[in-house]
Amino acid sequence: MARYLFIIFASVFFCVDPAYAQTTPEEYRAREIGAQLRCVVCQNQSIEESDAQLAEDMRLVVREQVEAGASNEAVIAYMRNNYGDYVLLKPPVQANTYVLWFLPFALALFGLLWFGLRSKRKSQFVETQAALSAEDQAILDDLMREDT
Amino acid sequence: MNLRGLIPLAGFFVLVGFLAFSLTRDPSILPSELIDKPFPEFELANLAETDTLDASLLEGKVSLVNVFGSWCVACTVEHPQLMALKDETDLQLVGVDWRDTRENANRWLVRHGNPYDVVVFDPHSKLIVPLGITGAPETFVVDRSGQIRYKHIGVITPEIWDDTLRPLVESLQAVQ
Amino acid sequence: MTVEIGHIALILAFCVALFQSVIPLVGAQKNNARLMEFGDRAAVGQFLLLAFAFICLTITFVVSDFSVKLAANHSHSDKPLLYKISGVWGNHEGSILLWVVMMAGYGAFVPVLGKGLPKGLKARAIAVQAMLGVGFLGFILFTSNPFERLNPVPLDGSGLNPILQDPGLAFHPPFLYLGYVGFSLPFSFAIAALLEGRVDAVWAKWLRPWVLIAWSFLTIGIALGSFWAYYELGWGGWWMWDPVENVSFMPWLAGTALLHSIMVLGTRHSMASWTVLLAITTFALSLVGTFVVRSGVLVSVHAFAVDPERGVYLLALLGLATGGALTLYAMRSHSLRDIKPLNATSRDGALVLNNILLITALATVFLGTFYPLFIDAINGSKISVGAPYFNLTFAPIMCLLILFMGIGPMFKWRQDSLKRVRGPIMIALKAFGVVFLLTALFGKSVLGGIALGLAAWLAVGTLIALGRKANWSLKGLRAQPAATWGFVGAHLGMAIFTAAVTSMSVWADTEIGTLKPGESLDLGAYTYTLQDVSGGKRFNYDYYGGDVLVAKGGRHIATLATERRFFPVRNQLTTEAGLHLSFGQTLFASIGEGDPEGGFVVQVYRHPFVVWIWLSAVLMALSGFVSLADRRLRLPTRAKEVNLTAKVGAAE
Repeated sequence: MARYLFIIFASVFFCVDPAYAQTTPEEYRAREIGAQLRCVVCQNQSIEESDAQLAEDMRLVVREQVEAGASNEAVIAYMRNNYGDYVLLKPPVQANTYVLWFLPFALALFGLLWFGLRSKRKSQFVETQAALSAEDQAILDDLMREDT
Repeated sequence: MNLRGLIPLAGFFVLVGFLAFSLTRDPSILPSELIDKPFPEFELANLAETDTLDASLLEGKVSLVNVFGSWCVACTVEHPQLMALKDETDLQLVGVDWRDTRENANRWLVRHGNPYDVVVFDPHSKLIVPLGITGAPETFVVDRSGQIRYKHIGVITPEIWDDTLRPLVESLQAVQ
Repeated sequence: MTVEIGHIALILAFCVALFQSVIPLVGAQKNNARLMEFGDRAAVGQFLLLAFAFICLTITFVVSDFSVKLAANHSHSDKPLLYKISGVWGNHEGSILLWVVMMAGYGAFVPVLGKGLPKGLKARAIAVQAMLGVGFLGFILFTSNPFERLNPVPLDGSGLNPILQDPGLAFHPPFLYLGYVGFSLPFSFAIAALLEGRVDAVWAKWLRPWVLIAWSFLTIGIALGSFWAYYELGWGGWWMWDPVENVSFMPWLAGTALLHSIMVLGTRHSMASWTVLLAITTFALSLVGTFVVRSGVLVSVHAFAVDPERGVYLLALLGLATGGALTLYAMRSHSLRDIKPLNATSRDGALVLNNILLITALATVFLGTFYPLFIDAINGSKISVGAPYFNLTFAPIMCLLILFMGIGPMFKWRQDSLKRVRGPIMIALKAFGVVFLLTALFGKSVLGGIALGLAAWLAVGTLIALGRKANWSLKGLRAQPAATWGFVGAHLGMAIFTAAVTSMSVWADTEIGTLKPGESLDLGAYTYTLQDVSGGKRFNYDYYGGDVLVAKGGRHIATLATERRFFPVRNQLTTEAGLHLSFGQTLFASIGEGDPEGGFVVQVYRHPFVVWIWLSAVLMALSGFVSLADRRLRLPTRAKEVNLTAKVGAAE
């Protein structure tokens, strides 16, 4: 019974994808492309990583096109044509993503610059008086006694 | 109060504004990239397996292309609206039966009624990726020259038909 | 009956929290000790009432009382006891109740452990903590009541989903919440400090353990979630940069920054207003995370059932709590101004740099997570921001951080010079060079070499810093306070983490093939052989699967059981991967589509050192707990405290 069920189940829901038969250069290329395409019904998963049926459909299309000799760029452009920028896991660098791509580096640069300007050289370094009164300071220092 | 102290507050308010706006949006709805582009080429059998269909099927008539499947629960909800359209309009209703078996689809269409003038049988999702579909039901409005003019994601409710689809269809039909 | 009692306890807790959020504040304003002490008792009372309510809800799950809607929807009489209990928080209502119980629990520790705190500060913090409680209790009572009854009563619950019965999933939320919610205390104390108009070393000293606790729990929570995704999703990814993961990671980054800035505040009495802002930000990010996960704004596959009303309420809560806090910050932060000259070559300088880089990293994750939402709101275009983006932006910033992390701890507080640390830097640099060269030569990866070299740099730098603290003597080592060991453990943990992530991303290996039962596939020196495949029906799904035997040089190494499942009700497929975890490498196999005649698609993996990703996270979390033992973090004894508050009072 189990075996019977299983065969029906397997034949109804899955059809063997001929492209998987062995790991060919095409298969490697298809996986490389697939890793860059988002399964559009999943949370940030690529179509290679997803169990969703739509991801399976998209994997098949990628493999068909790779077999037919399409270049990586052509397959990705085809998907982008159908699903828009949304299908690209790596957002393209274009007018509406400049902020996304450059802000992190601008922030890092700005932060380091600020740090460089704010900090003083040793010769200029003079300790100012702490805000607390000397008495409080003594108590606090006693409490906090740091190493080194 | 000083200006530097206000920066975090201002930034936060901008964020809350965006978050509030996003509450009104459904993240699963993806706009179609295919608007004003020709319906993709395909070659598939019809559900009755009597004929081979291709994109020329859409030429000369304004059509509603509806993606469905007997496994799709929301399609059952939408179905009465499609049945009503069949009677009240002279649109060409094209069904795309997705990831289905002929047996299940026929049984489903007998039980719920068949509103379609023609059903494209697509068990292996040949038409799904070219159409940029994410799930069923999805519906395309195609004009006489075979160009996609509109895509609706999800169930066609009477409100959506009256407010959005009907005016569009009528204006397309007015163009000869 | 239990249900009604639990519901009443919940309503009472709400009332207590209402009073608790007003009376101590008034007391602190009027300097009335009795009114302030009311807060102490209310904080404990509120916690006891909520714990009681939570126990009541747990009982309804354990005894399978399906007249309660929540139990009926999320439990089942056939569930094992463990999953009946974890079912309590495996849903929206129960998990938010767990959240308030924990928040009240942290609040109750304030009067119990904070006897040495200045009275006004304590009273105000307790009141703010209660305001947060009022917000969340209102949320529960008005939109998400866990005690709602069901009529008619169903015969059994509908919550028997075996796929959710998993220890990783059961224990992941409580740890995550202990982290998220733990940051409510720094938040409340930040507000209290702003109200008082002063932040000092006592404040920093009292708060640091709580930041450590929250941070450690959050670390464990995130690591558990990552581990669960790794073995459950079936393709060997341990971090996907999806929004749900990112929103748990952002408070972690902010909390890490807070952990370090509060050290500067405690030791050097500087960075006060920055630390207060960080404390507010960290908890605000926890709230943002809750909002995102429960409102469905970023996620199309919802973790919890989504209800727009809840989204609106949570957003209002986030707006009020954070907006109020930041308004207060705008009004009062100038009174905390404490600009001291900053010496770049000093521990203070290194920690400021640490904060700058951590906040930049945080901003990057934030931008990547919310950018699709921003751009959609601005012009309606839809884009995705996936792992490749974070690899190109977040990773370099972290590399920079590790670079400074390797030498920062060698500096002395206040003032130091590069000359004094030149020797150690050269040693760390040599470690970097050797590891880089070896990796580039034998591992054939320049990027991998740089990253592994950085890990070595960090590890060597950390050990040198330890050696210098101990004056290179065993006696000195033994005299080190707990906080030193916490620092060493956490920083070494980071080095191990870096190495593990690097080896996983550079040397992970995979192979795919179509196998009939009995056939095999080679991956490097390993041979994976598919055994008999069988199938059938189980619970609510159909399945097929079998064992994959792994051998190396003819010697059997592991048996990996993998299965593919189909859930007809949801028209959903899942893959159960077979795993063999070990310290050196993880062997992994998953079965895909296929049939016995044509063969099955089998994908096999070899992941070097992947378990160290989670082990290093555990090391970091444990180091956080070790730091807690530090004597210097204890508050003064009573006698000293009276003395101190008197002094501080006199100074005002």
